[in-house]
Amino acid sequence: MAGPEVIISAHSLARKYNDFLAVDNIDFRVYKGECCGFLGPNGAGKTTTMKMIHCVLPLSGGELTVAGMSVTDKPREIKKMIGVAPQENNLDPDFTVLHNLLVYARYFDIPKAVALRRSDELLGFFQLEEKRDVTIEQLSTGMKRRLILARALINDPQILLLDEPTTGLDPQARHLIWDRVRALRKQGVTIILTTHYMDEAAELCDRALIMDNGKIIEEGRPVDLVKKHVGEEVLEIEFDEQVMKTLKKEFPEARLELVSERIRVFTDAPHGTFENFLKNFPTKGAMIRNANLEDVFLKLTGRQLRE
Amino acid sequence: MTRANHLAADLRLPKLTYRVWRVWRRDWDVFMKTFKVNFFPPLLEPIFYLVALGYGLGQFVQPIEGQRYIQFIAPALVSISIMYGSFFECTYGSFVRMYFQKTFDAIITTPVNIEEVIAGEMLWGATRSLISSSIVLAVVAAFGLIASPLFVLIPFVAFFAGLMFSSIAMCFTSLAPNIDFFNYPAFLFITPMFLLSGTFFPLTDLPEFIQLVAKALFPLTHTVSITRGLLLGNLEQSPMLSLFWIGAVTIVFFVLSINLMRRKLIK
Repeated sequence: MAGPEVIISAHSLARKYNDFLAVDNIDFRVYKGECCGFLGPNGAGKTTTMKMIHCVLPLSGGELTVAGMSVTDKPREIKKMIGVAPQENNLDPDFTVLHNLLVYARYFDIPKAVALRRSDELLGFFQLEEKRDVTIEQLSTGMKRRLILARALINDPQILLLDEPTTGLDPQARHLIWDRVRALRKQGVTIILTTHYMDEAAELCDRALIMDNGKIIEEGRPVDLVKKHVGEEVLEIEFDEQVMKTLKKEFPEARLELVSERIRVFTDAPHGTFENFLKNFPTKGAMIRNANLEDVFLKLTGRQLRE
Repeated sequence: MTRANHLAADLRLPKLTYRVWRVWRRDWDVFMKTFKVNFFPPLLEPIFYLVALGYGLGQFVQPIEGQRYIQFIAPALVSISIMYGSFFECTYGSFVRMYFQKTFDAIITTPVNIEEVIAGEMLWGATRSLISSSIVLAVVAAFGLIASPLFVLIPFVAFFAGLMFSSIAMCFTSLAPNIDFFNYPAFLFITPMFLLSGTFFPLTDLPEFIQLVAKALFPLTHTVSITRGLLLGNLEQSPMLSLFWIGAVTIVFFVLSINLMRRKLIK
């Protein structure tokens, strides 16, 4: 049986900065048409991996191919088929919104008439028509983000790299971007997303790769990862010695986590287990919630701060 | 890597395509958007110099090599505008685009590579020299200070000398940890050149040691020597040595700056 078509493939991919191994011999594949998330704390190596995919950082070791072409041999061909929305705002402050798109299109050798038509389409798609002739500094953070996405699409890319596309945005702006990303995925664009918002990853990604310290430590569909690592439901209770004892007795297999005076109980027990428990041991301030990707993330990467 | 390897890497010939002109065109578009600001100050500045130094100070100066003082300094003003145009474009200008605006980062995610970005910036610097010096040349012409039809060659000289200053400037940019760093080349390189390159008095009036330094190390000396010859038509000393000097320095620094910038930006 022919599996899904591989569009990006990395084999013991490595990247060193002086003596620091930012990406540590990783292997991964991205399939055509999927939305693949790279998750990880700051400094995990996500952005470095992105930069190697779109051929601006040379590899320190291993192999990386995009659409069957080696990033070392065919950077221009690869860059033609990729759209990049970087983490930081690098819109051109010397130009208006429209001109940002037109000047960028020129770097791809897109003829002026095509660039103009496409720019207007994209400004419509990202609800920026009214800002067409405005300078960049007059845009809000959310609008700048949307314009960066529009710019990333100017060359009609087959692969779209989104590096933390919604960091620092308000919920309205985030949802608009999510909506647009889903629409693009439906059109068949392969999307690679880095984020450290787990709700975003769960919302958008078909598959997630969790990175930490330059390595891929886990990968899979978000729902499967949740089930595998943290079960279906999580019980949260205010800390109390007595409660803790009871929990340990009732759930000997469970993983108990104590963070800021709250106990979290993770088990692979089926749906409804905690409800029964609370019936037998009514506890003040108890809450049952669905397990989520954030629980997985914290379990796998730990709680210590990364700077 | 050994030191020899480093040097070989720094002098490796860059791979450039027509895409350098895409980068050049970006800078040109920005320039044209604000052309009034870019046009009037360079038009007025040489007038101040010609009036103050040419007419004012010139009263007290005896003719130099058979020329009135105002005639003597006219080619110097043209040359200084060549130097300023590209040097400041490829130091402060390029640094702002690289560091604060992240323009280079944005461009290199397209099929344009970093070598082409830097080369495009330097060609733009050379173009700035061409534009500024043409404005100065027009002022000089309006003052009736053109004595030879050879002056039509000055824009070509301006572009290539401009490319030389751009390349040197870009090397400083590749070394600059922050924008204040440019105070060093501005005050310790540009200012001495401005004063000691045969600009406002003949080099031969200076101690021999300084003459030697000016001829060996100051690009402006050679630029002034050529423009003076072309403007006044006294090419008795052949400009070939100066042309050769400019050509050699341009090639070396052009290649060097591209490699240094790549090392700085692609870590």
